[in-house]
Amino acid sequence: MSPVHFFVTHWSEILGATLEHMTLVVIAMLIAIAIGVPLGMLIVRRPAPRSIAMALASVFQTIPSLALFGFLIPIPFLGGIGKRTAVVALVLYALLPILRNTYVGLTGIDPAVLEAAEAMGMTPSQILLRVQLPLALSVILAGIRTATVITIGVATIAAAIGAGGLGTFIFRGVAMVSDAVILAGAVPAAALALLADGFLALLERRLRVS
Amino acid sequence: MSTEMNAKIEQNQAAIRFSGVSYRLNDVAHRQILRNISLDIHTAEVLVLLGRSGSGKTTLLRLVNRLLLPSDGRVTVAGRPTSDWDAIQLRRGIGYVIQEAGLFPHFTVAQNISLVPGLLGWPTERIAARVSEMLRLVGLEPREFSGRLPRELSGGQRQRVGVARALAADPPILLMDEPFGALDPVTRAELQREFGALAKRLGKTIVFVTHDLREALLLGSRIVLLQSGQIVAAAPPREFLRIDHPEVRAFAASLLAAPGAPL
Repeated sequence: MSPVHFFVTHWSEILGATLEHMTLVVIAMLIAIAIGVPLGMLIVRRPAPRSIAMALASVFQTIPSLALFGFLIPIPFLGGIGKRTAVVALVLYALLPILRNTYVGLTGIDPAVLEAAEAMGMTPSQILLRVQLPLALSVILAGIRTATVITIGVATIAAAIGAGGLGTFIFRGVAMVSDAVILAGAVPAAALALLADGFLALLERRLRVS
Repeated sequence: MSTEMNAKIEQNQAAIRFSGVSYRLNDVAHRQILRNISLDIHTAEVLVLLGRSGSGKTTLLRLVNRLLLPSDGRVTVAGRPTSDWDAIQLRRGIGYVIQEAGLFPHFTVAQNISLVPGLLGWPTERIAARVSEMLRLVGLEPREFSGRLPRELSGGQRQRVGVARALAADPPILLMDEPFGALDPVTRAELQREFGALAKRLGKTIVFVTHDLREALLLGSRIVLLQSGQIVAAAPPREFLRIDHPEVRAFAASLLAAPGAPL
């Protein structure tokens, strides 16, 4: 069966898997942002927690993704078979780029601007919300963009622990030795990654302040 | 708030008073930046702090608005030690201009200027009127410049906006740290001349840091020379060059060496 023929006959199944894939990625990204950005803000002025947080986030990135999914299965509450475990693993992967870029973005601001803000009588929270975050936003967004692209790729492996998504076709295709079935998962996953990357790049450029 | 500060400054002759102030860095070597500084800065004077890089002049300035606290002695602003002031309140009553202006790059010119009035809770119409007034004061046409971002300005224009921003909430005290240091010589001379005239008209207490003797002679009503964290000379511009001190002579020599210096 040719890949095109497979696409045509299975389009609704592929579309369903794509939506499932997107759901996994979006939930994981939202959680990763909700953890990574505030954590990045917290560690800017605290060197000791900074090295711990950065080291931990880096360690998660070095664990091969399939192994990470495997490790999580026996863990109570977070682990098990299914979507929840997949989301936990994806969050751990996405954390490092977001955390690192939040830190880099906040520390990369012109010191003269921060000195002026302080000298003009802005409170620390005013400086954070009105000066630091807006100025760091494009760098933070670049981290989110990297994390999103990684997550879309890694999420295909989530099918191995029963989380569904586009990886289902890839694993099935590998088992069947069918390029057509593998491509039915790989092509939409690649397209998703490209689309997300392009959209976030656009957003990043619009928010950049130089 | 600034009216409260104004009233207090009028009661006390010295707007800012340094009494036996020392400042040491909090590092391993406890490097001493300022030693036993005592200095009265009077209301409405333009006091120029002159010195080489590393002489402690910027540190002295930063003690006034409590960006730093003295290691020994005390700094009094409007009759009250800076350690007793709420830092935020104190700073909102003191204008601050630095080299390269430190304008917020994501704010328009108008937003930059309206920052402190906004923090002080001025009504919107009053702020808008004040922004236009301040822009005209520093020689920029409000209609042309209000909506621009700092990156759309020249260095000299940015510095003008920096001055406008510092004056916006009408603070009785203005601190300026080498505000014209990064400008080309022509623009610098232009801004020095205009600012000199403006300072006379405003009647504010101004502390101005520079390493340029020409600038000090031009703008100061009094020049205080710092060397290695100590005051080594203090005099009005006219008498300053006659002081017999090696550091004064070193600065005077730099004046003669500067090409095209007609002083």
